[in-house]
Amino acid sequence: MNPDIQLSFGLCLVFILLVPLAIAGLGLINTGLGRSRSAAQAITTALCVMSTAALVYFICGFAAAGSPLSLSFGGAGKSVLEPAAFFFRGANVLTLMVALLGLFSVGLASLIPLGASADRLRLGAACASSALFAALTYPVFSFFTWHSRVSLLGAGSAGFLDSGGSGFINVVGGVTALSIAWILGPRQGKYPPKGMPAAIPAHNQVFVLFGCMLAWVGWLGLNSAGAMLYTSMRPEGAVLVVINTTFAAAASALTSAATTRIRFRRPDASLIANGWMAGLVACSAGCAVLKPATAIITGIVAGVLVVLSVEWFELHLKIDDPCGSISVHAVCGIWGLLAVGIFAGSGVQFSAQIVGIATLLGFIFPLTYGLNWTLNRFIPYRVSLDGERQGLDLHELGADAYPEFVVHSDEFLQR
Amino acid sequence: MKLGGFLLLLSGWAIVVAALVILHGRAVPAFVYAGFGVEILGVVLVFRGHLPGSEDE
Repeated sequence: MNPDIQLSFGLCLVFILLVPLAIAGLGLINTGLGRSRSAAQAITTALCVMSTAALVYFICGFAAAGSPLSLSFGGAGKSVLEPAAFFFRGANVLTLMVALLGLFSVGLASLIPLGASADRLRLGAACASSALFAALTYPVFSFFTWHSRVSLLGAGSAGFLDSGGSGFINVVGGVTALSIAWILGPRQGKYPPKGMPAAIPAHNQVFVLFGCMLAWVGWLGLNSAGAMLYTSMRPEGAVLVVINTTFAAAASALTSAATTRIRFRRPDASLIANGWMAGLVACSAGCAVLKPATAIITGIVAGVLVVLSVEWFELHLKIDDPCGSISVHAVCGIWGLLAVGIFAGSGVQFSAQIVGIATLLGFIFPLTYGLNWTLNRFIPYRVSLDGERQGLDLHELGADAYPEFVVHSDEFLQR
Repeated sequence: MKLGGFLLLLSGWAIVVAALVILHGRAVPAFVYAGFGVEILGVVLVFRGHLPGSEDE
């Protein structure tokens, strides 16, 4: 094997192995932003959902998604639903690397809906929903992303660009989160008949902020590996990807801090964490093609957008999204896709990005809503009223996350 | 209203795909943006349909 290609393989594998840190970070963020009485269930659900998604992706998801290798390394890619690709069969070292990144990406994407459904989604329903997600929703858009250059927009023309997964990981996960949040409805007591929505604060900000730091390292790997595998970026291009990703997250977090300081008189820790994540998400699509200055602008816009969006969803649209998943992943993911068209290309590139966003909103959103709505008819998603009041730890797992600390008074109800 | 919104979303996407498959040249972006506009209307309808107190809820 050519030494250059060996170096690319080695570096790409190291980047891919960082991605589980993003999964761990997102799991911690979702847990910390939920209530203490559901903390153990939240992190257990994250683990089970990720496991389900990975296994389903291994069985049929990868075969449905196809492989982008026809566009990278000069390899011959598999087409959609090729029977030989089920169970990763017939994969060489290149396709296995793509499959491994896909495996971690689908695990990461499947955690996004858990943020919007915290404190009320049953464990079994979450696993069933993630199975559908990994078998259908995620692979369909991955296929579109990887093959849009050849299948829709004509060979050689500007294609839809999403190297790190703003669209095929974050927006796909974000619109699924929105669908599940609508299907579940708000938490008990969130929207009283009169007055403002109740504030249900995060139970552990340290988890949330540590999760942000883990997610940062994971995102560096995700964006770098994605750019190498999906856009044929050379290894030295990873430096620019790391710089852009870090600058966008930093600019976004600081902008969120400033925006919350202006709007609420004090910086809000949850929203600063959401701002950090929004910067990572928004930068993913164009991490390999943006200049550092435009990555900072992308982050600044994401930082403002996420604060306004969280407020808009909660107060005006009455959507109960405890972790801000819809704002961070769907809204800022769409902004990241648009930013590529605005900052990194011509009018043709902008049109290609619009085609991608139109596919996410016009096809993936109705698809995931329909799938989850149907599944909810067979496997009810929402826990009972008593279970929600008692907390999902006791109700579903039979044990509290913090048994030695009584942090709330109404938990120990007779069962 | 919800169903209408989702139908508009699908219709908008159909316009986008049809433009890419059937048309060539300058007409493609125009129809892509038109389809995207239809989708925006669909998104507005879906959100309105899910508001508490709307006819669907």
